[in-house]
Amino acid sequence: MDFSWIIPYRDLLLHGAVLTCVLLAISVTLGFGIAILLAVAQVGRSRFLRIAAKSYCTFFRGTPLLIQLWLIYYGLGSYLPHIPGLRGSFLWPVMREGVFFAAVALTLNFAAYQGEILRGTLLAVPKGELEAAKAAGMRPGMVLRRIWLPRAIRIGLPTFAGEVILQLKATPIVFSVTVMDLYGAAYKIRQDTLLVYEPLILVATFYVTLTFFITQVFKRFENALPTSR
Amino acid sequence: MPLNNDHMALTVRDVHKSYGTLEVLKGISLEAAKGDVVSIIGSSGSGKSTFLRCINFLEIPDAGSFRINGEDVEFRKGRDGKSQPSNWRQIERMRSGLGMVFQSFNLWPHMTILQNVIEAPVHVLKVDRKTAVEKAEGLLAKVGLYEKKDSYPAFLSGGQQQRASIARALCVDPAVMLFDEPTSALDPELVGEVLKVIRGLAEEGRTMLMVTHEMKFARDVSTRVMFLHQGQVEEVGPPSQVFGAPTSARCREFIAAGTH
Repeated sequence: MDFSWIIPYRDLLLHGAVLTCVLLAISVTLGFGIAILLAVAQVGRSRFLRIAAKSYCTFFRGTPLLIQLWLIYYGLGSYLPHIPGLRGSFLWPVMREGVFFAAVALTLNFAAYQGEILRGTLLAVPKGELEAAKAAGMRPGMVLRRIWLPRAIRIGLPTFAGEVILQLKATPIVFSVTVMDLYGAAYKIRQDTLLVYEPLILVATFYVTLTFFITQVFKRFENALPTSR
Repeated sequence: MPLNNDHMALTVRDVHKSYGTLEVLKGISLEAAKGDVVSIIGSSGSGKSTFLRCINFLEIPDAGSFRINGEDVEFRKGRDGKSQPSNWRQIERMRSGLGMVFQSFNLWPHMTILQNVIEAPVHVLKVDRKTAVEKAEGLLAKVGLYEKKDSYPAFLSGGQQQRASIARALCVDPAVMLFDEPTSALDPELVGEVLKVIRGLAEEGRTMLMVTHEMKFARDVSTRVMFLHQGQVEEVGPPSQVFGAPTSARCREFIAAGTH
């Protein structure tokens, strides 16, 4: 086993690790926000929104992430430069990078899965608790904000941890659109040093460690909310 | 607005409600003056819970007129031909003046007991939080739960949860309290503590409607008892009449079965 390459490549590795974490954080945070909208739309009264949200979830859960990423990178990516004014805007330096499309694909994909989970947990909130909120004079929006969503999110918390871990392990796919995440770094090291296993072992260790931390954080989070039902 | 109606907390006339072809309420009327304690009794399926739930519109009645705390509820015909409230804001305002206590407590498990109690005053009635907390603490002391105020509902017994939910209903100063079988989900040894709290409220002169299976309790605390059978009022009157000398044969049977 030869790990002497770690020191010379430390910047590349560190950069990759940070990028992996950033992609995870962005896609989980934004994805969760979109997921709330998707879930609420699916249990709401508007037929149009219900069908739209359902179709979205079906599409993004029913197609491989790799294909979504490529559709967004090559499809959206080749269309964006034709939007007047976009090339000159301050957003362009971000929007022309592969990492931008990677973040978009990961976010949209995560939102679909999480949206479907939240739809289920919204329906799992006991009806009586919502009736108590209505009986107290709350408007529908307030029932949703104060009672329904907070309860649904708590019910879904154990599954949420699992989804975040799955999302972490989905991130290496971004390497296929030129993003130098942690896996990208390992690939580059292999090319340079002709070492196959050592970089992969290091990368695997990193993912396991990060998974462990995510589990711990969620465990704390769950313990801090002592609602046994 | 006729002045002679001002002492009425609630006037409900001719309430009808069907689920599909099943007619659950076939024209029920009820008046409650301020300070009245009306017990609604009857066997399962007689429509008593549905009737109570129609009063704060958790069930939308198909027909009927409602005057609650001096305000008439306006209806309009919906697309399906059935009536529905024409103004949900009015319903929400009206609900905030009614305190509902459920059979299954329905406390919000993600909030502490105190947070449960101040939720409606702070967020619906926009009472200042400090005032609401003071009031809630007073009410929790009154139902014997002051020291549990920072606990979550899951850590309380059924009787404690029900007392907490009574405090929650009281914290909005309701014009009428609605109890939907408040002791039916409790273990027998916990029923007493809840009934004691409700009895205390009756003695304070609160206006209350109570669906209950506790016959002895209904007889003791009610000013009026209403016996429902198959969606109709079969017997109504002071407890001495309904329990002592009911005119309806159905009611007589029900009372006889309940007291043995």
